[in-house]
Amino acid sequence: MSKNNNQLSTPSSTLPKTPTGIQGLDEITGGGLPTGRPTLVSGSAGSGKTMLAMEFLVRGATQFDEPGVFMMFEENAAELTANVRSLGFDLDRLVSEKKIVLDYVHIERSEIEETGEYDLEGLFIRLGYAIDTIGAKRVVLDTVEALFAGLPNHAILRAELRRLFRWLKDRGMTAIITGEKGDAAVTRFGLEEYVADCVIILDQRITEQISTRRLRVVKYRGSVHGTNEYPFLIGERGLSVLPITSLQLNHEASAQRLSTGVARLDDMLGGKGVFRGSSVLVSGSPGTGKSSLGATFIDAACRRGERALLFAYEESPAQILRNMCSVGIDLEQWIKQGLLQIHSSRPTLRGLEQHLVMMHDTVRDFQPTVIVVDPISNLSFERNEAEVKPTLMRLIDFLKQQQITTLFTSLTAGGATPEDSQVGVSSLMDTWLLLRNVEFNGERNRTIYVLKSRGMAHSNQVREFILSDAGIDLVDVYLGVDRVLTGTARLAQESRERAAAELRRQDHERKLRQLASKQKAIEAQIALLQAEAEAEAAEVNFAIAQEVLQEKTTQQNTSTMAQLRDGVKTGNNRIKGTL
Amino acid sequence: MSANESPTNDSDSALYELRLYVAGQTPKSLAAFANLKGICETHLAGQYRIEVIDLIKTPQLAAGDQILAVPTLVRRLPEPIKKIIGDLSNEERVLVGLDVQPVVV
Repeated sequence: MSKNNNQLSTPSSTLPKTPTGIQGLDEITGGGLPTGRPTLVSGSAGSGKTMLAMEFLVRGATQFDEPGVFMMFEENAAELTANVRSLGFDLDRLVSEKKIVLDYVHIERSEIEETGEYDLEGLFIRLGYAIDTIGAKRVVLDTVEALFAGLPNHAILRAELRRLFRWLKDRGMTAIITGEKGDAAVTRFGLEEYVADCVIILDQRITEQISTRRLRVVKYRGSVHGTNEYPFLIGERGLSVLPITSLQLNHEASAQRLSTGVARLDDMLGGKGVFRGSSVLVSGSPGTGKSSLGATFIDAACRRGERALLFAYEESPAQILRNMCSVGIDLEQWIKQGLLQIHSSRPTLRGLEQHLVMMHDTVRDFQPTVIVVDPISNLSFERNEAEVKPTLMRLIDFLKQQQITTLFTSLTAGGATPEDSQVGVSSLMDTWLLLRNVEFNGERNRTIYVLKSRGMAHSNQVREFILSDAGIDLVDVYLGVDRVLTGTARLAQESRERAAAELRRQDHERKLRQLASKQKAIEAQIALLQAEAEAEAAEVNFAIAQEVLQEKTTQQNTSTMAQLRDGVKTGNNRIKGTL
Repeated sequence: MSANESPTNDSDSALYELRLYVAGQTPKSLAAFANLKGICETHLAGQYRIEVIDLIKTPQLAAGDQILAVPTLVRRLPEPIKKIIGDLSNEERVLVGLDVQPVVV
């Protein structure tokens, strides 16, 4: 009850309420049943009316120090005691401790003759006596309608019942009156006419051979209440009405991050993994590695010394341990250390609600920080999405409130798009990882990507998801022009790329070499031309020198000749003249 | 009505052991007692014993005979136990309820 105290003390509950102590019911009713007033609980046979009423009394006697009177009209005390023992209620002890009085009111029609006026003062006296002996605060009348079969005069009976309810109110008794559900009305004999303060209807429905009990607060005069139909169960600890955490969305949001156990996946999730207390959905078609991812998540948690809980709906614990060994995850050590519990069951074993309550109980006992549900889609097998979603929502709310990080796997049917998560719970999830098979080039490969992850910068990249005997690893995929390549196609593409790069490198070298030799050739040519130019220049100089020499020589000759001819000037002249 | 025990005749030879449950001295209980007394005197003279139980004084006795309605007349003997509820104003019905052959007057 500690969690509900804030709800009990809300100013809106000006109407005093008496907590029933029944899980969930006090949340729906905002604190319990109206104090000092009768409440009508109606339902068909086997819907759990008596159990609800009994738990109301037992909890009152044991938890709230309010003794109670159980007046039964159908079962006798011994039968009832035996029946509720299965819920762990020890009526014999409570009776001997004077906390509960059981009074079996029985009328055998065949023994009774009716003549003249009468009233039911005897019933009042009995009830009053029982109340007085233990100082009762709570009263249950189960099922007062049985009187209609025993007493022929219904006019008197109705008048007396009206008086009885009035009387209970006057005595300040918080009472539960049970009634059989009628065809058209709330109860067969119209008890709702007299009990107008609070009306609760119980119902048992069978869908796909699995029965679910439901509870609805039809009416609660002077108080706000949840108006929906809520599934409830009769379990080993009495009744549980889901939602366990109901009307509010006020859980804490932790900023702490948890590793998923796959380093590269953490990288994709903003580099640090998921938030503590968040919910992670891993969806994918068969064989995409969902369970392995879940096991890795558990393994990582146990390595940190945290407690983990695995709900498996496909495999037995032994099978899981063996299979996870094949991918290098040894879960058995954690079980031995008491860090891990595996709960395997067939989803069809119970209704969804029962599964959830079982989970709820286990979670409360084991107090894990990490839960893996594998797969959640099995829980909703063949079920109406509309009824699955609110139930799961309540579970997720509960887990969030406990700051438990949860990983749900979800199987997507072959053919459906992977985004089409069967359960329709994706909106409840904080992080959604999608595992996908890519079939190409004669092989099937796994890819993973982060479809969404609230509150963190997450990668938009598709990664190849590799399962080996060393566990899970993520590899970058090759992004081709129009598709993602994985597996050998990726390897082939990568080697093609390597070859092409090598080729290009060689090409470059060749080109450089060519350039170098060309440069050398040009340099050689330049040298040749220079040499030629030098040679030509030398020749020209030589010629010039020769001519100069010749001229000199000629001049010399002339002068020599002139000297020679100095003696014979005339002769010289003659010669000249002759020339 | 003041006494719990109201033996009318030799109690040892009573064949009919009757118990009348009432809740206080209401007109209904007074009428029932008067009616019962008259019927017994007429049809069971000397064979009956009437015990009147006021549940307001002894409420713990109500559960034993499964009393709901008052007044209730319980025929404890001869067995089987028979109950007649109401103010016993219909003599014929009371005789049928007690399984008594009416004495023809």
